[in-house]
Amino acid sequence: MTTTSVTNTEQYNYDVIRKFAIMTLVWGVVGMLVGVYIASELAFPVLNFDIPYITFGRLRPVHTGAVIFGFGGSALFATSYYIVQRTCQARLFSSGLASFTFWGWQAIIVLAALGDVMGYTQGREYAEMEWPIDLLIEVVWVAYLVLFVGTLMKRNQPHIYVANWFYLAFILATALLHTFNNLAVPVSLFSMKSYSLFSGAQDAMTQWWYGHNAVGFFLTAAFLGMMYYFVPKQAGRPVYSYRLSVLHFWALIFLYMWAGAHHLHWTAIPDWTSTLAATFSIMLLLPSWGGMVNGILTLSGAWDKMRTDPVIRFLIVSLSFYGMSTFEGPVMSLKDVNALSHYTDWTIGHVHSGALGWVAMVTFGSFYHMVPKLWNTKMFSNRLINVHFWLATIGILLYITAMWISGIMQGLMWRAFDDFGNLQYAFIESVAAAHNLYIMRAVGGLFFLSGMVLMCYNIYKTIKSGTTEQA
Amino acid sequence: MEWLMWFTKFENTKPVSLVIFFGLFCGVLVYLYGNKHRGAQLESFKNIPLQDDDI
Repeated sequence: MTTTSVTNTEQYNYDVIRKFAIMTLVWGVVGMLVGVYIASELAFPVLNFDIPYITFGRLRPVHTGAVIFGFGGSALFATSYYIVQRTCQARLFSSGLASFTFWGWQAIIVLAALGDVMGYTQGREYAEMEWPIDLLIEVVWVAYLVLFVGTLMKRNQPHIYVANWFYLAFILATALLHTFNNLAVPVSLFSMKSYSLFSGAQDAMTQWWYGHNAVGFFLTAAFLGMMYYFVPKQAGRPVYSYRLSVLHFWALIFLYMWAGAHHLHWTAIPDWTSTLAATFSIMLLLPSWGGMVNGILTLSGAWDKMRTDPVIRFLIVSLSFYGMSTFEGPVMSLKDVNALSHYTDWTIGHVHSGALGWVAMVTFGSFYHMVPKLWNTKMFSNRLINVHFWLATIGILLYITAMWISGIMQGLMWRAFDDFGNLQYAFIESVAAAHNLYIMRAVGGLFFLSGMVLMCYNIYKTIKSGTTEQA
Repeated sequence: MEWLMWFTKFENTKPVSLVIFFGLFCGVLVYLYGNKHRGAQLESFKNIPLQDDDI
């Protein structure tokens, strides 16, 4: 027995979790809607309507910001507060700080989106926000760190469950990444513009050290924390191997930090950094698959749940997509494969097999488990969860298949030479050739968005039938 | 301070870092799988999420 007894009067702070949970759904719909719109713009450029505010270049960071930081970030705040309280058997140590992280984070997402639409950007991928917003992020993030660590320190459970390790690594790494990637000197106190502290290839390496670890820690480590709690809970059985989870943790967080430069193969960076990044990317396959196997084998002896429980289906399929995209990533990091895949839609397909297949699916599964508990009720409709699962799965498959075909086609067309050594195709020919695949991608996105809207309806009805009074 | 210059050469720091990190990795492996009693105790922690409903 590893648990110490605490009194039944112990109350958890669910209020802030409920708020974050609702905003996760709101940002999910907004971000995915913008995603479908810009996907349609690429297929039918007329949808720009010659309005600068809604061109692809401005709406693209609105999409990535809303889905990564709005949807993903709010989901992580919600689930980390839920898990840390329940596994530590302790209430969040400051309700005021919790509330501050909620309002601060929502303000950041709104300000970032407004800035993007108005044309303010520092031109760093996934970090487009100008310096005043960066400072606000810094403050909110430190508050998050203090709140999380403070709650861990007042825990009534002697051991810190592994899910919390993943969340803590995510919070610490994101603080580090955000700080160094955004080191800049503002033009003046009243100007939104600033100049990066780094220049040339160093600036690019700093940005991709940030960019890749945003994927590694924000979109992977943290969601693994979610997985290590919600898969066992929903399956009703403990994780397959706790020791493997510890090994998974240390190997993953160590290896991820070195892999960023694989985004810069065949550029002006030193060749050895490129080789180092590719080597670490290949090694990353081992902890990634160790984690996937650990999650999936949790269901050993209860595989029938895959047939009967749509929530488990969400969680296990998300792990399958995690395994697939963490195999695809190392393959794409090889210099020779990268020479074909880089700058093509293959990269977009890869990102979305991770973002939709892993991040969004594990979030959906976790929320279908958590939301009824937050409102002391049962999900309104299991049938709608099932429909959501199939809409999401079909949507992802349409999306990534389209991008694989389009990406490999682009890569091959761009490197094709005729008998005289001239490029065989003009760039515009590769754009025209991808047209139907862009339509297919937009349709895939529409499927996924429909599932998200269905989830909102299901959860709205669930919340309506529930109560926030704790038993 | 001349000895610090030794660390500026990649042919020195690369094998040293390899030994340090590989040693650490082996240390984690030994900690996790090297002792039956500790292994059993570590595995018992996996029940924590399943016990939180009882609290």
